[in-house]
Amino acid sequence: MYKLTHLKELEAESIYVLREVAAQFERPAILFSGGKDSIVVTYLAYKAFYPAKIPFPLLHIDTGHNFQETLDYRDALVKKLDARLVVGSVQESIDKGRVKEEKGYNASRNRLQTTTLLDTIEQYKFDACIGGARRDEEKARAKERFFSHRDEFGQWNPKNQRPELWNIFNGKKNMGEHFRVFPISNWTEMDVWQYIYQEQIEMPSLYFTHERACFERDGQWLAAEPCMTLKPDEKVVVRKVRCRTIGDITCTGLTISEAHNLEDIIEEIAATRVTERGGRADDKRSETSMEDRKKEGYF
Amino acid sequence: MELLRFTTAGSVDDGKSTLIGRLLYDSKSIFEDQLEAVEQASRNRGNEEVNLALLTDGLRAEREQGITIDVAYRYFATPKRKFIIADTPGHVQYTRNMVTGASTADLAIILIDARNGVVEQTVRHSFIAKLLGIPHITVCVNKMDLIGFSEEKFEAIVRDYREMSAKMNSHAQLHFIPISAKYGDNVVSASDRAPWYQGGTLMELLENISIEHKQGEENQPMRLPVQYVIRPISDKFPDYRAYAGRMAGGVLKVGDKVRVLPSGLESRVKAIMQAEKSLEMAHTPESVSVLLEDDIDISRGDMLVDAQGPQPIVGQQLQMMCCWFNEQPMQLRKRYIVRGPVSETIGMVQAVDYRVDIHTLEPIEGETSLKMNDIAQITVRTAAPLAYDRYEENRNTGALIFIDPDSFETVGAGMIMN
Repeated sequence: MYKLTHLKELEAESIYVLREVAAQFERPAILFSGGKDSIVVTYLAYKAFYPAKIPFPLLHIDTGHNFQETLDYRDALVKKLDARLVVGSVQESIDKGRVKEEKGYNASRNRLQTTTLLDTIEQYKFDACIGGARRDEEKARAKERFFSHRDEFGQWNPKNQRPELWNIFNGKKNMGEHFRVFPISNWTEMDVWQYIYQEQIEMPSLYFTHERACFERDGQWLAAEPCMTLKPDEKVVVRKVRCRTIGDITCTGLTISEAHNLEDIIEEIAATRVTERGGRADDKRSETSMEDRKKEGYF
Repeated sequence: MELLRFTTAGSVDDGKSTLIGRLLYDSKSIFEDQLEAVEQASRNRGNEEVNLALLTDGLRAEREQGITIDVAYRYFATPKRKFIIADTPGHVQYTRNMVTGASTADLAIILIDARNGVVEQTVRHSFIAKLLGIPHITVCVNKMDLIGFSEEKFEAIVRDYREMSAKMNSHAQLHFIPISAKYGDNVVSASDRAPWYQGGTLMELLENISIEHKQGEENQPMRLPVQYVIRPISDKFPDYRAYAGRMAGGVLKVGDKVRVLPSGLESRVKAIMQAEKSLEMAHTPESVSVLLEDDIDISRGDMLVDAQGPQPIVGQQLQMMCCWFNEQPMQLRKRYIVRGPVSETIGMVQAVDYRVDIHTLEPIEGETSLKMNDIAQITVRTAAPLAYDRYEENRNTGALIFIDPDSFETVGAGMIMN
């Protein structure tokens, strides 16, 4: 008797969602951060439309605080897929006075990204932005739809979401509104890594253990990069670390790890007792900080 | 590893969120930082014990009011299976959320408070499970600790439930488990407080229950709704034309003779592709793209079916069970957008045959409108012919949604009867 594995079933669902986006929208884009989730989404899009090119550009919101490895990986991938890359720059938003840089030791451009993202969506008239968010990541995301409606202010209204039944998706909208679409909603962190292993997808080196100058703050290891302001008592030391999630340098926690390859990573995640967002300073600002940012139009 | 999707129905008072919290906690699917956050939030609210409901009720309004508003999806895995829970609120004003959560479920957990037995709410939840065609129903009789784990009272509830279910004409497979979500009895670990109960724990049931209906989908007639046409128009693939879609029933093999609906044109399958990989056959619910021998006109919304097997119904006059979702009541003769998995047309509700009283399940005739959360049998006429199956026979090709042409909101769902 034929049995579909959970990875095959999840893959089939995600490819179906990506094809729905291509069929229902005029100007979609993939929100590409250089993290594992958006890499998997891009890979699934490649599979969904082969041998045609991916019918959407990759949209990268660049905080200006990216790891160099992320940018190198992004550019190599764009070249390999012969894809179109659109970059929205947070630095430009700051220079234009659209947003104001946060001050202090914990300053981050994480929240400023929302303005840059919404401005870029408006500039390019994107009507659907495909993201790699997963429902298992965070409790507000657990309530998210595959096709998530955004009003003309880019806002999410969690209390009045469209019911989503079976595999029927409603992407209809008025002028100026757009959708966020999350093809890997039903995947967990473990599913993502098992899939990367199964498909042997090439990953940025940041995910594997490497020696890096870092410092400890509130029990969390952070990269000692020029964009970080150290407190007087914080010391820079070299540690063997890897990233469990990749975002902006200012809010990407590093994990002390000896994981050299995908097998090691899967083993490490199976044994861990902390969620991947446990290392994200941006989620710790309040009990519902993700919901609050999402309402404003965050990823 | 296989995937099992299940839904939970019950209100906060029944201990639904506690049960889910327990499943996650005892299967070690809750991480330390999540537990810390919940402990902290419980303390902030002045709760004496850790309130596991706060794990699933993530929205600000939910946490403030102590209720579940929307469908929340939760994930956990054991070495045997991966699970997706659609956690839905139980109050009558959230019927639409329950319908949403049930639409993709392989199994429904229905919670009964052992002190109260089968109540109106149980009937409502069971009716929705039947309406959405969920193959397995697991009745968890909760709060057994409050009735001293009485076998007699448990058996009485089982009898009542079976009687109610038979009246409803439900074909679902029934399972009954006496549990205490709060203390964990028979959720993940077997209880020593109910020695008379020899069935397995809830977790054992979830891990081992047959999901044969998934394989059953293979015995269904072949259905492939065309989602998208892949045309690279490149030097390397100048004339390439593949029909992309997700298998909605049965099996498709290379060489099979297929018919395109609604046009009725026929051809043979030349190749089945998954990206660069060429397959001999495709199974439900895989996503594939198909190349045909002949160059015929096929576009999004068409359906490929086995030319020799049982055919779907093609028609414009449909009778269906409908659940209404919107604050704007359903209006007779208004033009709604009617959408199946990939096809779309305009539809008008010609008549409300009867509305179901959700408390007594009695049919009420003479209605001319439907309010939010109403469930009714309706007759719909569509502008163009639709190819469909009866929902009972295929949950993928027998379902559709109603979209309001002004607000574009999803306002209703239909399960086609004929």
